Amino acid sequence: MAAGKFDFALAIGGEAGQGIATPGNIMARLFIRRGLHLNAYNAYQSIVRGGHIFLTIRVGEEPVYSHGDKLDLLVCLNQDTMDRHLRLMGDNTRVIFNGDTITPGDAAKGVGLCPLPVSELSGSRNRLVQNTVAVGATSALMGLDFETLEESLKARFQRQGQAVVDENVGVARAGYDYAVKNFEAFGGSLPENPHALAQWAGNEAIAMGAAAAGVKFYAAYPMSPSTGVLHWFAQNARDLGIMVRQVEDEIAAANMIIGAAQTGTRAMTATAGGGFALMTEAVGAASMMEIPVVMVNVQRAGPSTGVPTKTEQGDLWQMLGASQGDFPRFIVAPKSALDAFNTMAELFNLTDKYQAPGLVLSDLLISEGTFSVDPDNLNMNPVIDRGALITEDAEQNGYMRYKDTETGISPRAVPGTKGFVHVVATDEHDENSSLLSDEFTNPHKRRKMVEKRARKFENIEKAIEAPVLEGPVDAEVTIVGWGSTEGVIREAIATLKERGVTANQIAVKWMVPLHGEAITNVVNKAKRTIVVENNFSGQFYRYLRSETGLTINNHIRKYDGEPFMPHHIADGVQEILAGKVDTYVPYQEVNV
Amino acid sequence: MTTGTIELTAADFRSGTSPDWCPGCGDFGVLNSLQRACAELGLQPHQILTVSGIGCSSNLPGYINSYGMHTLHGRSLAFATGAKMANHELTVIATGGDGDGYGIGGNHLAHTSRRNVDLTYIVMNNQIYGLTTGQISPTSRLDMKTKSTPFGNVETPINPITSAIMNGATYVARAYSGDIRHTTAMIKGAIEHKGFSLVDIFSPCVTFNDDNSHDFFKSRVSKLEEQGHDSSDWKAACEKAMEWGDTINIGLFFQGHGIASLDAREPVLKDGPMSSRPLKITEDQTKKLLGRMM
Repeated sequence: MAAGKFDFALAIGGEAGQGIATPGNIMARLFIRRGLHLNAYNAYQSIVRGGHIFLTIRVGEEPVYSHGDKLDLLVCLNQDTMDRHLRLMGDNTRVIFNGDTITPGDAAKGVGLCPLPVSELSGSRNRLVQNTVAVGATSALMGLDFETLEESLKARFQRQGQAVVDENVGVARAGYDYAVKNFEAFGGSLPENPHALAQWAGNEAIAMGAAAAGVKFYAAYPMSPSTGVLHWFAQNARDLGIMVRQVEDEIAAANMIIGAAQTGTRAMTATAGGGFALMTEAVGAASMMEIPVVMVNVQRAGPSTGVPTKTEQGDLWQMLGASQGDFPRFIVAPKSALDAFNTMAELFNLTDKYQAPGLVLSDLLISEGTFSVDPDNLNMNPVIDRGALITEDAEQNGYMRYKDTETGISPRAVPGTKGFVHVVATDEHDENSSLLSDEFTNPHKRRKMVEKRARKFENIEKAIEAPVLEGPVDAEVTIVGWGSTEGVIREAIATLKERGVTANQIAVKWMVPLHGEAITNVVNKAKRTIVVENNFSGQFYRYLRSETGLTINNHIRKYDGEPFMPHHIADGVQEILAGKVDTYVPYQEVNV
Repeated sequence: MTTGTIELTAADFRSGTSPDWCPGCGDFGVLNSLQRACAELGLQPHQILTVSGIGCSSNLPGYINSYGMHTLHGRSLAFATGAKMANHELTVIATGGDGDGYGIGGNHLAHTSRRNVDLTYIVMNNQIYGLTTGQISPTSRLDMKTKSTPFGNVETPINPITSAIMNGATYVARAYSGDIRHTTAMIKGAIEHKGFSLVDIFSPCVTFNDDNSHDFFKSRVSKLEEQGHDSSDWKAACEKAMEWGDTINIGLFFQGHGIASLDAREPVLKDGPMSSRPLKITEDQTKKLLGRMM
């Protein structure tokens, strides 16, 4: 291995249906069990068979916050992968491929071409077997002992019977031995950390965070890239005692969770931008009836159907403007899978306390990426605060559901509780729920109720931690990012440091409430500020400007469907500092 | 509360707010019938959740002494399903109009029917959009002249009875709101039925629909109970529901017995309603979840 800490990227490419997931899963599992950190990004398409799938697994001795800049080892399961990506491979890299069926092109100096005579090695005509041959060769080149691989293969194929286990172990051995004999390994043995890690996708982190927060009702309609949340809940519903419903559309899902939440049950839904568009009317309904619910939007490249399997930060304004009318809501864009996990409990507590809808803005990068996580860092018993919730019977007491209190928060009784019978309404209503919409409109009462709801959010930013500046205070450049870009910006800053440029970051997570003062203080002290966003028009910047009046003239934006790589941002910062551009749009080198 | 249940009368189910419906509106009869049904079934106001959409008839939750949700146009069944599946000990009654239920909410009706959610759905069918001052609804007759069809409606109306039966609803009845005794009986049967119940009630709009007036129905309605109809026979039910002319059938068209409702099929409810479950995840559960990630 190269000098310094182990930091390695393995990519596997092929077409849908070729079983890329299997070798990917085998290798990922091997890595985390050795305590190595993992950040995997799968570029795929909305297709079940064919197309081009490209899985990048970056693994390191120290935490890795993006899928990185470089590839060390490329596994080509088809000719197309070779044709697309051989040009990305540089000095001291290896390319593994089936020499029987794939012809390499011209490789750069230092690229070790590693053709495997798959039919000779496998003696099998099963097309999927070439994957296991490749896993064997990959393990050999990366310096993994065969016994560990064997153990892992046994665990992976155990359920399919001894014959399948034997076949896979056999061909892996053949691939392993062939590679040891014929190819130059990277050198050294694959490192190992003492503490084994776990792995999850961001969607699983979101679902698990919600489950830990006590969500007992989940309804959804499948939509990429949010469907993993539904799958997690469906898989765990019976063990955890969670009502999970797949329903007819996103409209039903959103309204169903409000119905569930009205009974005092913590309830949630998740979707992508298109589904969220259908949910928007429900956001206002939850707000008007003051029923706490959580809705997750996992962004994908839009507008409309857009690019269903690609990432973007393009739905901020949709979330800000979701539903007619003028009302308070929470909007949070988690910075990573772990952050998403931790945020769910906080958000459920806030929505309960303030009786307002809580919206989560994730994206494909976080939600469908696979990341290592230290299980010891997961708090499965977060603080649960239900706010002013009435579930105990009482004598008739003149209860008013929408009592105009000092804080604007009115104690909330749930149906089934004796002594608190009331109606909640999406029509404007008085303190005692009587409608102000039809016969008895009244401008003074209307004003009072608008102000009551708004009062809940007075100084709300104080209830939530403000973003802080990470990195040297006196840096040449301050990078402002939001949501999922936190990790890649952090790595770009490390790259810039190597290149002699000092930079720091303020990663904004809470969109509403926005900590405008905290951000302004950082930006006003910065020598140079650059905003980084995964969209075309600078949605966050324009929002920040509208809330704070800040003017920032330098931007790095990407909107080709693929996530930022660290060098995209580092290059952009340097181009901007050199005065070449005001707004930098990186070129996506990996064509997927 | 452990005190004995006090027997309530229909008057106890009045909310104290007077309906804002037009004098003579069919919805008064539906409200009265529902209040009577609740009283006769011995229900308590706090055990009932009425859920409505938007429209004249959807104002009903404000007029009945029960928990209520006055929600979005067309979405009452989604809210009601959520509430029922989160707390299946509640008696959940959805109410609304024909535009709300058969038009904008049609998709939810189809799916709530097939899921057989244990809800009672009362549709006050006046064959017109009243609150928007008179346009065709999904149940308006062919050729009907309204503000949106000044030269006559060219669309065929939906048949809510056959649709609901085909979609899997397990209690499908029709009533006419001018006959409170019969309407009450249909609603009582629906609430008692374990499964999804649709009660389509002719509820004349005296302001915007001159075609389907009280007189129109009074001279035509014929009770299935007086015709020897077998409500367990879905084919016969559909035939009865297709009759429309000088005679219009009302009564219990279809009741499916022994078909489990959604809450009965859902294993996670075996430990009681979701709304009263402990929220914390146990150590064993955590261990299992983490094990799958390693």
